[in-house]
Amino acid sequence: MLELKNISFEVNTPEHSKEILKDISLTINERFVAITGPNGGGKSTLAKVIAGIIKPTTGRIILDGEDITDLDITQRAQKGVSFAFQQPVRFKGLTVRDLITLAAGKPIGVSEACDYLSEVGLCAKDYINREVNASLSGGELKRIEIAMIIARGTKLSVFDEPEAGIDLWSFSNLIQVFEKMHEKINGSIMIISHQERILNIADKIIVLAGGQVQAAGTRDEVLPHLLAGTGSVCSVLADKL
Amino acid sequence: MDTIERTLLEQVAELHEVPEGAYNIRANGQSAARNTTANIDIVNKKDLPGIDIIIKPGTKNESVHIPVLISQTGLKEVVYNDFFIGEDCDVTIVAGCGIHNCGDQTSQHDGVHRFFVGRNARVKYVERHYADGDGNGQRVMNPESVVELDEGSYMEMETTQIKGVDSTARKTSAKLADKATLIVREKIMTHGQQFAKTDFTVDLNGEGSSANVISRSVAKDQSRQEFFSRINGNNACSGHTECDAIIMDQAHVTAVPEITANSIDASLIHEAAIGKIAGEQLIKLMTLGLTEQEAEEQIVNGFLK
Ligand SMILES: Nc1ncnc2c1ncn2[C@@H]1O[C@H](COP(=O)(O)OP(=O)(O)O)[C@@H](O)[C@H]1O
Ligand SMILES: [Mg+2]
Repeated sequence: MLELKNISFEVNTPEHSKEILKDISLTINERFVAITGPNGGGKSTLAKVIAGIIKPTTGRIILDGEDITDLDITQRAQKGVSFAFQQPVRFKGLTVRDLITLAAGKPIGVSEACDYLSEVGLCAKDYINREVNASLSGGELKRIEIAMIIARGTKLSVFDEPEAGIDLWSFSNLIQVFEKMHEKINGSIMIISHQERILNIADKIIVLAGGQVQAAGTRDEVLPHLLAGTGSVCSVLADKL
Repeated sequence: MDTIERTLLEQVAELHEVPEGAYNIRANGQSAARNTTANIDIVNKKDLPGIDIIIKPGTKNESVHIPVLISQTGLKEVVYNDFFIGEDCDVTIVAGCGIHNCGDQTSQHDGVHRFFVGRNARVKYVERHYADGDGNGQRVMNPESVVELDEGSYMEMETTQIKGVDSTARKTSAKLADKATLIVREKIMTHGQQFAKTDFTVDLNGEGSSANVISRSVAKDQSRQEFFSRINGNNACSGHTECDAIIMDQAHVTAVPEITANSIDASLIHEAAIGKIAGEQLIKLMTLGLTEQEAEEQIVNGFLK
């Protein structure tokens, strides 16, 4: 279980200071938790706070009862936090296999690495020795990013807009990936998304706008308001959905 | 061969024992072992230190190893090796220099290699530099290569210097005839106070000739690197030079690519990039559970792989 207690994040530029996250308190304990909301709402920032990439200005982060606020990225990863970036990183020289192996945290055979790749719809033998460099497309990188999280198999996985750049054919497979992943790790999967189909499988939906939690609740509580474009959610978001 | 020489041999030639095929092992300024084959002859030069390696036309799938080992502190040598590679050959040449210096004096090996590659021949040339030893003596290597590629020939040069060489200045010049191709892949890592300089000059004289010079390097600590690459397109030809360097700590890196077109049909490209390891690369690997140092190591090793 992940608890966020009064998380705020402020950036100070010479001109002004800006509060990007404002006093966010949340509990994430469900199977699938979807975070949605307009662009610039603070979703990616919140994910980075959870992964330890950003230190919050105030607030505490509790993972399974343990305060992890002062742990760095590596320590949190070792405690079981995984994070798939919105914009995956390219590496000159490191291959798909290298990254999957590093993610697994132990030497793995080609066939195991291939299993992870085929789960995200990549024909393993074409990819396993490819460099994760500029020659891969955005969609391919996104899938490799997801395969790494599957290989890690930790109790908390955070995906930042995993569907972006993935074509619709594989979209239903993506949902299967999450379902299968949940069976295996039996933890929580947090998915930042604008996609109704992802929201539809969520046990809990959190709407983040202007750095604040605008709504949080079960799918049945939150989704109707989102779709109707009513309540506190702004119309930009309603258009997206 | 003693243990030190064995280690050096392993590092520069990935050999555990004397190699198959033709070879000439030079140890501490002397020819230590030699083997020739029906197609590959090795003879001492008459006027200068060094050897001539003569490969008969049409020789296929054979290799020549010419490692140089120095374990004696203070030894300085200049060696001239000429390779005559006949028409239609397809051969691999493995050269390399290993210095073990645990004394206080500078050990230095300067090798001048000339390659005369015959028509339609293919050559793969692999060169590794390695040095170790716990003394204060400098370990210096200055290799020079002169390449002449005849019509339709192809040469791939792979040079690696990853460890232990205090100072190196590498000079490579090549002249290409019609339809000849040259590919150079260079990998360098420097640390401590080391200095490495490479200097390529490629003359694309022939119609349809092409060259690709690729350098990847990592400079750590206070080390310094300089990279010069000059490609002259004198005919309908294509040339590409690329230098990609990771800079760390207080290192200095200079990259100077230079392309000159002397023909309207020459097509030349240069690229040079120097930068530190991208923060997001470190972060990505740390989210996989690696420490910052481990992440850095993986990125550097992958980059130079
Ligand atoms: N380091 C930063 N400095 C200044 N502004 C930032 C910084 N990081 C994010 N922001 C701003 O914070 C807001 C939230 O960004 P983000 O979390 O990426 O939103 P989302 O993922 O919901 O689209 C945006 O307005 C963004 O421009
Ligand atoms: Mg975002």
